[in-house]
Amino acid sequence: MGPVLELRSICKYYPEHRALEGISLEVPRGAFFSLLGPSGCGKTTTLRLVAGFEAPTAGDILLNGARINHLRPYERNVSTVFQNYALFPHLTARGNVEFGLRRRGASGIDARVRQVLELVELAGKEARYPAQLSGGERQRVALARSLVLEPDLLLLDEPLAALDPKLRKQVRTELKTLQRRVGITFLFVTHDQEEALSLSDRIGVMRAGRLEQVGTPEEIYLRPRTRFAASFVGALNWMDGVAVRPEATRISPEAPAGDVRSRPATVTGCIFLGNTLQVQARLATGENVTAEVSRLEGGFAPGQAVQVWWRQCDELALPPEP
Amino acid sequence: MRRAGTAPRAVARLRRLVLLPAWTVVALLFLVPLLVIGSYSLLTRGAYWGLSLPWTLENYTRLFDPLYAVILLRSVVMAAVATALCLVLAFPAALFISRAGRRKNFYLHLVIIPFWTSFLVRTYAWMFLLRDTGLFNTLLQALGLIGEPLPLLYNDGAVLLGLVYGYLPFMVLPIYATLERLDCELLEAAADLGARPWAAVTRVIIPLSAPGIRAGAVLVFIPALGAYLTPELLGGGRSIMIGNLIQNQFTTARDWPFGSALSLVLTAAAMALLFVFLRRRGEELL
Repeated sequence: MGPVLELRSICKYYPEHRALEGISLEVPRGAFFSLLGPSGCGKTTTLRLVAGFEAPTAGDILLNGARINHLRPYERNVSTVFQNYALFPHLTARGNVEFGLRRRGASGIDARVRQVLELVELAGKEARYPAQLSGGERQRVALARSLVLEPDLLLLDEPLAALDPKLRKQVRTELKTLQRRVGITFLFVTHDQEEALSLSDRIGVMRAGRLEQVGTPEEIYLRPRTRFAASFVGALNWMDGVAVRPEATRISPEAPAGDVRSRPATVTGCIFLGNTLQVQARLATGENVTAEVSRLEGGFAPGQAVQVWWRQCDELALPPEP
Repeated sequence: MRRAGTAPRAVARLRRLVLLPAWTVVALLFLVPLLVIGSYSLLTRGAYWGLSLPWTLENYTRLFDPLYAVILLRSVVMAAVATALCLVLAFPAALFISRAGRRKNFYLHLVIIPFWTSFLVRTYAWMFLLRDTGLFNTLLQALGLIGEPLPLLYNDGAVLLGLVYGYLPFMVLPIYATLERLDCELLEAAADLGARPWAAVTRVIIPLSAPGIRAGAVLVFIPALGAYLTPELLGGGRSIMIGNLIQNQFTTARDWPFGSALSLVLTAAAMALLFVFLRRRGEELL
């Protein structure tokens, strides 16, 4: 079975702005695929092209192998969860969820609505209007409204961004569980690398209208192909042209014997984080390094002479900066 | 808003002071005349003109006389039809303007421009267009489409045309105001959920612009119900409404008490209508 969605050399130009410059990607069936990048990188534009709200300047959009460039949004079996949910304020939660089914003249609407409202744990709140629901509940109505249509592809535009940080983590877990349960392919747009890493089967890192890298979270984090991808999904220490993640960077009074690389350094700061210590040190070359050190390894004082060391296999192989 | 009772006394006094001019205007120009008209309506007509005793309710019972009841009913029907026609014309126009992007202001000006000319002059202009030797009939005859001039003036149709023409902006503007505030993302969401354009209009746009439609309906219906000039000029005495009847009572019929009763009933009807809408969504009417 081929991919649910395939983008072939998609370009989107506006009069004064090139939003997308040749995006090609495949979203496998049943995947949780994230487009990750800073604001303005074109990830939301990509989503809008797939939804049909805008037309690409060049390139093809294929859904289940068929070209859908010319189809209107209401002719595509994809559905969008908007960043601010875009719930209809004049309809109840049930009215919102029923909306799509009624437009399609579906049968057994009552049963399907009840089922999906139970799925998102909104049973008992059907009669409330969006204004009477909490942020988290609105987000679940938005999800239910799309899921009930059983789309080939669910498009999610930063659906967690409008939630407060505490709720966001909880909903994140629920979202992943939900996606596994319903088995619908998710195309998820986010600028939050933690969200992308924790939720996705595959991540596409975007920058300035181009895809920098597509891969599993492990690939993106451990084997980033570009400096941008490497620095966007996590912090980096640069030491003599070598990049190492903070958690793989070690600091101790003496470097251990064996196959490790080390550099002398001076501690400049030490922050107690509870389970770990975040130690900052400056190399002789003047480069600053941050390392996460177990609390059990003892404290470090500013000015203390130490060795910064790492295993060669933890070095990220990045191309030289162009 | 804080209630006056909880505000410091100085603020409350200042508030009364600030409201004084407005209250004075309302009292002098509205409440006093209303009381005068109210007492007129309970008196008997004078031998030649004016008023005389005794007090009576007869002026109100005469409203049920079929002769007048028909005119009252006709006025309500004309105003209702004019309101409906305004709505049918104004909604697409307002929708178009609200989606016109940078040209919005240009189109809004087109809607407002008629107000720069006196209503009387504009109504006369319609007479010149509609009369037997007017532009339409002359043109149609010149083209050989009709032999005899069409009866375009001095009938219900002409009055309706005048009412719709005169009050259309009062329907366009409040509907435009609600459509302007409509979140475009809701329309994208509607399309995304499978709503074709027509369904998006009937299921999303119309329900969400209901406050503007209600406000527009009130703003058109109330003045149309009391219209005087339009039926006078375009109806030519053959298609008369309450406004003309009232004018008639104060002039040729010399029946001030009955004219006052009619005025009071018209005012009461308008107030009742406003009250119903104000109670539902007070803030949206203005």
